[in-house]
Amino acid sequence: MLFLLRFDSKTVREPIISLAAIKTGALINILRADVGARKGELIVEVPDEKAENVLELLEKMGVEVQEIKKSIAKKESCVHCGACLSICPTEVFYFNGEKKIELRAEKCIHCGACIKVCPTMALYFPI
Amino acid sequence: MKTIEEINEKIRQGDVCVVTAEEVKEMISELGPERVLKEVDVVTTGTFGAMCSTGAVFNFGHSDPPIKFKKVWLNDVEAYAGLAAVDAFLGATKPSETKELYGGSNVIEELVAGKEVELKAIGYGTDCYPRKEIETSVSLEDINQAEMINPRNAYQRYRAATNSSDRLLRTYMGTLLPNYGNLTFAGTGEISPLNNDPEYRTIGVGTRIFLCGAKGYVIGEGTQHSPPFGTLMVKGNLKEMSPKFIKACYFPGYAPSIYVGIGIPIPVLDEDIVKALAVRDSDIKTTIVDFGVARRVRPVVREVSYAELKSGKVEINGEEVRVSPLSSFYMAEKIMRELKKMIERGEFLLSTPVERLKREEVFRPMKQKEIKVVKDVMVKAVTIGEDWTVEDAARLLIEKNVNHLPVVDEEGFLKGIVTSWDIAKAVFRKSNKVRDIMTKDVVTVYPEDPIAIAVSKLEKYDISALPVIDSRRKVLGIVTSEALSKLLGR
Repeated sequence: MLFLLRFDSKTVREPIISLAAIKTGALINILRADVGARKGELIVEVPDEKAENVLELLEKMGVEVQEIKKSIAKKESCVHCGACLSICPTEVFYFNGEKKIELRAEKCIHCGACIKVCPTMALYFPI
Repeated sequence: MKTIEEINEKIRQGDVCVVTAEEVKEMISELGPERVLKEVDVVTTGTFGAMCSTGAVFNFGHSDPPIKFKKVWLNDVEAYAGLAAVDAFLGATKPSETKELYGGSNVIEELVAGKEVELKAIGYGTDCYPRKEIETSVSLEDINQAEMINPRNAYQRYRAATNSSDRLLRTYMGTLLPNYGNLTFAGTGEISPLNNDPEYRTIGVGTRIFLCGAKGYVIGEGTQHSPPFGTLMVKGNLKEMSPKFIKACYFPGYAPSIYVGIGIPIPVLDEDIVKALAVRDSDIKTTIVDFGVARRVRPVVREVSYAELKSGKVEINGEEVRVSPLSSFYMAEKIMRELKKMIERGEFLLSTPVERLKREEVFRPMKQKEIKVVKDVMVKAVTIGEDWTVEDAARLLIEKNVNHLPVVDEEGFLKGIVTSWDIAKAVFRKSNKVRDIMTKDVVTVYPEDPIAIAVSKLEKYDISALPVIDSRRKVLGIVTSEALSKLLGR
């Protein structure tokens, strides 16, 4: 499962991810990090079976947690060229048997890199 | 031996055997070339890619009172009007003057989709064409001729692109990530028309083709035609095209462009033609070039086959690099099947070319006046050490009458730069050492860079001088905006 974690000026100073990993034994994968002096944002991947434990712990330590459900989507204007294939850091896109572009949306980390490179502007985040 | 006339007779009778380029390769390896020659009459090839050298010529009919266009715009995209009174040529990559991410390609797409576009024009006001301006809206139905005429389409193969620099590049080959972060390529390889007829025996001037759903024609070799990087000049009637096979697109940081769908039938006349049709992606080679170097002759990273490119991963310097095609295989296959159906239904007859395309490689660079390089305009740099004081720096600036001091270590390697502005900052902040006030992230050039590169860096970063360094970052000199403006007479 993917979670967006928001840290405030207090929590951003704590080694919270390490604590959560040690206490729950979950292998937490940091996909994206934007950490400043007074706040921070992480996107992390947590194994499904440990997700509840990790979630509870993070919230207890004062981190705002939001599950990422809606991810990248594709419009009809896609011509299946594949410009997105090599741009996506987590390999969301792939060719199916018909050589059409398909999405493994659950892998999307919301970086938005593909949106800017699509020549037919077919990619977007549903609101 | 078969003739095109015999094949056309079979098409009329409805008993022609047509297969796609993808299918014929399997058949040749399974059944052998003799049986394929005997059984197959036509092979359809296809490509669907961004083809920048695309456009359309229009005749809008005469207004009352009549006008001779001085300038003309369609949906605020300017078309070339240096033709007869109401003729104009609209290029696909011309950007709109008012709307972002919109260009000639979108106008063509909207017209093909049956939409109306706004026409605005200004005239010269002559005795025969007195009118000086006009505004109206037109659709394809209202226009006398709307002929797509593309100077360069259907590249046989193309150089793949990557980027060694530490900066993300937005190019006509798509977005190239820094440090060989990815690789892009164009063309459909073994199913692409010209790769299946590399001697240009059946694809020549007058060959009837599938162009965006319409019947079109090859009208000559394309611009920059240089076998085996062959190209085609083609035309077709916009009014007969289908929006399914044409798509406007936009390459950020470059320009609008357009996806064009082309299918070309190859008559299976003799054994040599079958042999050519057997070509596989692994036989089709191209080079990977480095767009990190903004020169005409971009360094070649390595040779590569279309089989490797299509596998999705290519090795560069021992690392796996992910690949993006820019052409659509899905659409190319759809076009091959569509053309196959058209021939089987008797709607599409083959034509004999009236002239063959050039088979030798010729490609000249632009004739330019002598290219000036940075070395020609750089001057000796007055340098300073990191441990010197701010006062030393101020004295040097005044005594040597310069505005920039590259900061170097004992061996002359670049560490930073100090300008008179930094001195002002130092006074304000009460800093003491050059080390504390210098800018560490220095924008530099190489002595062999053309001055155009130096100028664009000065403009891009809004700075007034660039240290000139060698590959080891040793300072060789400095080039200033004053020296450049003097040279360019600005």
